[in-house]
Amino acid sequence: MNKLCQLTIHEAHELLKRREISSVELTKATLERIAEVEDKIHACVTVTGDMALKQAEEADGCIRNGNITPLAGVPVLIKDVICTKGIRTTCSSKMLENFVPPYDATVIGKLKTQKAVILGKGNMDEFAMGSSTEHSAFFPTHNPWNLGYVPGGSSGGPAAAVAGDEAIYAIGSDTGGSIRQPAGFCGVVGLKPTYGRVSRFGLVAFASSLDQIGPIVKDATDCALVMNAIAGYDSMDSTSVDYPVPNYVSYLKGDLKGLRIGIPREYFVEGMQSGVKSALEIAIKKLKELGAEIDWEVSLPSTKYALAVYYIVAPSEASANLARYDGVKYGFSEQDAGSVIEATEKTRQFGFGTEVKRRIMLGTYALSAGYYDAYYLKAQKVRTLIKQEYEQAFEKCDALVTPTSPTVAFKLGEKLEDPMQMYLSDVCTLPINIAGIPAISVPAGFVDGLPIGMQIMGKPFNEETLLHIAFAYEQATEWHKSKPEI
Amino acid sequence: MNYETVIGLEVHAQLLTRSKMFCSCSTDYVNAPPNTHVCPICLGMPGTLPVINKKAVEYTIMTALALECTIPEYTKFDRKNYFYPDMMKNYQISQYDAPIGKGGCLAINSNGHQKKINITRVHLEEDVAKLLHRGEYSLVDVNRSGIPLMETVSEPEISSAEEARDYLIKLRTILRYLGVSTGNMEDGSFRCDANISIRPAGSKELLSKVEVKNMNSFKAVYQALKYESKRQRKVLEEGGTLVQETRGWMDEKEVTVSQRSKEYADDYRYFPEPDLPPLFFDRAWIEEIKARLPELPEARKERLMAQYGLPLYDASILTSSRAMADYFENCLKLTSPDKAKIISNWLLGDFSRLLNATDSDIENTRISPGLLVELLNLVDKGTISGPTAKAVFEKMFYTGKKASDIVAKGKLSQLSDATELNGIVKQVLANNAKAVADYKAGKQQALTFLTGQIMKATRGTANPAVVREILVHELGGG
Repeated sequence: MNKLCQLTIHEAHELLKRREISSVELTKATLERIAEVEDKIHACVTVTGDMALKQAEEADGCIRNGNITPLAGVPVLIKDVICTKGIRTTCSSKMLENFVPPYDATVIGKLKTQKAVILGKGNMDEFAMGSSTEHSAFFPTHNPWNLGYVPGGSSGGPAAAVAGDEAIYAIGSDTGGSIRQPAGFCGVVGLKPTYGRVSRFGLVAFASSLDQIGPIVKDATDCALVMNAIAGYDSMDSTSVDYPVPNYVSYLKGDLKGLRIGIPREYFVEGMQSGVKSALEIAIKKLKELGAEIDWEVSLPSTKYALAVYYIVAPSEASANLARYDGVKYGFSEQDAGSVIEATEKTRQFGFGTEVKRRIMLGTYALSAGYYDAYYLKAQKVRTLIKQEYEQAFEKCDALVTPTSPTVAFKLGEKLEDPMQMYLSDVCTLPINIAGIPAISVPAGFVDGLPIGMQIMGKPFNEETLLHIAFAYEQATEWHKSKPEI
Repeated sequence: MNYETVIGLEVHAQLLTRSKMFCSCSTDYVNAPPNTHVCPICLGMPGTLPVINKKAVEYTIMTALALECTIPEYTKFDRKNYFYPDMMKNYQISQYDAPIGKGGCLAINSNGHQKKINITRVHLEEDVAKLLHRGEYSLVDVNRSGIPLMETVSEPEISSAEEARDYLIKLRTILRYLGVSTGNMEDGSFRCDANISIRPAGSKELLSKVEVKNMNSFKAVYQALKYESKRQRKVLEEGGTLVQETRGWMDEKEVTVSQRSKEYADDYRYFPEPDLPPLFFDRAWIEEIKARLPELPEARKERLMAQYGLPLYDASILTSSRAMADYFENCLKLTSPDKAKIISNWLLGDFSRLLNATDSDIENTRISPGLLVELLNLVDKGTISGPTAKAVFEKMFYTGKKASDIVAKGKLSQLSDATELNGIVKQVLANNAKAVADYKAGKQQALTFLTGQIMKATRGTANPAVVREILVHELGGG
């Protein structure tokens, strides 16, 4: 294996800046790595090798002219739910199997401005609905740490690709844990920014009030660099917030003195794997050694309702967001029908997978006349309660620490037939989307050779504190440096 | 049994913004080739997001204020979910429980009496695409998708087809005064659906209501509602029962036809649009919009009557369009207020006749207020006669030339010279011996005939007063 593909963004940047390597070399190394391991991992839906090499040449040109940005020339894999002009964007669904957007998502535009090199599109659960990437309409992705296990989801492709060195970093999306849970399962770093921190324009909507784009990277420094590039207000997204973007890198410090970190007891749930629990306890001890004050008395009692709230709000929004796929304008279209209504029905019957249809039905039901007040309206009220509890917790704490998932990665097929069990694997990550706050998952150990993720949650628009804690923890541990043998 | 009719109207008006409701595409689509004013947003493509057009919100606030609505603290958008191929996202961004305007009213004047119709709400939404049916298949033109559409809903307080028509005309006049919509029904920028039911006179309970659609002109609304109120009475009189349904107006056959029964309320599964945060109104902005509102037709009518002593009839017609009222007052700025009635006569008479005949609007006329005032001055000074003025006006209308130029070129100056006229009168009398004899035998009408002959001989330029004087003298009367 060419070692170049193992680099982090900041390591690659140093070499590119010193002209010790070129972007073309780096991109080739990454493409070679994809060729080497992709038939085992299946992280990519589309690999745009030729286009990537062209972008790499352009980046090299800029670098030669002394024009180098932190992401210039560094190859990235994009989750296939983010629109890329001229590159098909499938959402891992038969419905959009051949859909080529004529526009870039705002985030893609920002990466292109930085001269990033786009390698292709990462596999995912169909329309980001799932926790294992087994709901991809094309193929499941395998966990690089153990190919018999899932990489998590829905951003399983991007997380597995970063863990398996098929990409230097990736861009994912997180609606209920879709960045953090796979990052945790694959032993990489994943950040779900504050709702409104990163533009959603061009992110194919699953649940509009919960979706957020974020980085999947190898360490905290890379996370800060990507956030520097993608965060900020966008006039094309009315839910993005015009709040100053700090230089996240400047917050990366090695000690945690003066920080108060809370441990909400409700997140150490029943059914939590003992290995995960003990690893978290060790990690929390480490945070204390680094100077943080640990508060074990934090309680977020409404957390137990988060899963129920999520499975009303997200499917409700999804039922409307996915209504546009009717075969009339783009995407899959079943023509063998006697009427336009029949054509729409058949298009949706054959174009969507089981999990997507399940959620559309859940949402349609929850919004129906006579049920709206009992489900959607009630869920929104509980949502407000959950938010308030976080606000209270953050009055005395700078951050909260929990496991990212109650268990490490599970076996392929293990939970496929049991949606409730699958949904429960997001129990620690969902509440964060409900509250709209930021959270990061960092590698914090192993159970039976499978990575454990530690989740750090923060105040709204306070990603810098999360990156600070993640960085300090990283400096004191070696977990993030471990590489799987594939 | 004696029944009364109960009508509520829902009016959709396209707003005259430059760009669409949620994207930057142009709204000027009427003459554009299909699917040329489209973008990923109004095509509802995956990943796209709406951004609210501030001007559309402003226009809706203006309308709501003009209709005396309350503007609440905040407004929000909601998704209205249903599947139809003319809707790109298969949900329409509309407003459900927090419309921009609530609880207003509109005063109408029907059959000589005033009536206030309460307005339930004024809200904003997006228009849908246009389907073109081609028998075996249908085409979709997305140009219209995303045009800002303002919906005004009345309370069910309209009691006849006449009132419904008057309400619509009044509402359209207000929208035109505000400049927020063209209000054209023919091209679909102003559309009306009606809910109509009947009930025993004096009763509070409503019977099954019928929603009438496909009324594409004021006449169609009037005829359809007239038809429908008769039809419903007939059904009951014949012992039948009325069902809740949607009926379409068939223009050629002049009947309504059942389209679908509505035994159950439609379930649009409304929920707040998560892509658009609620809008909290800055009260100062609302006050600023209020201050900018133009004088509305009702107030202007009252003022024209008070300020210029115009009769109600004149003031009503002059204020029926803002352009006409502006024209009238612009003329008066160039002359004295005592000319108000004369100018009104011109506007209501020849001017309106020619505008109608040429199917044109006063906004586009070639006769500026300055040109009309110049013509009136020529009449005042006696340079041209009244009949000549009418002829000159018609020339001006078609050519846009100055009255004095037309008069000079056509030698149309009034002929008041007694010597010259004397000769012409004598000639005419000589050629019309029978009429002269009739007059002398006491037939007064003969004088009118002879005057006409003299006017003809002078191409209308003879001063009628002088002619009359000479005639009477020559005929030995008076």
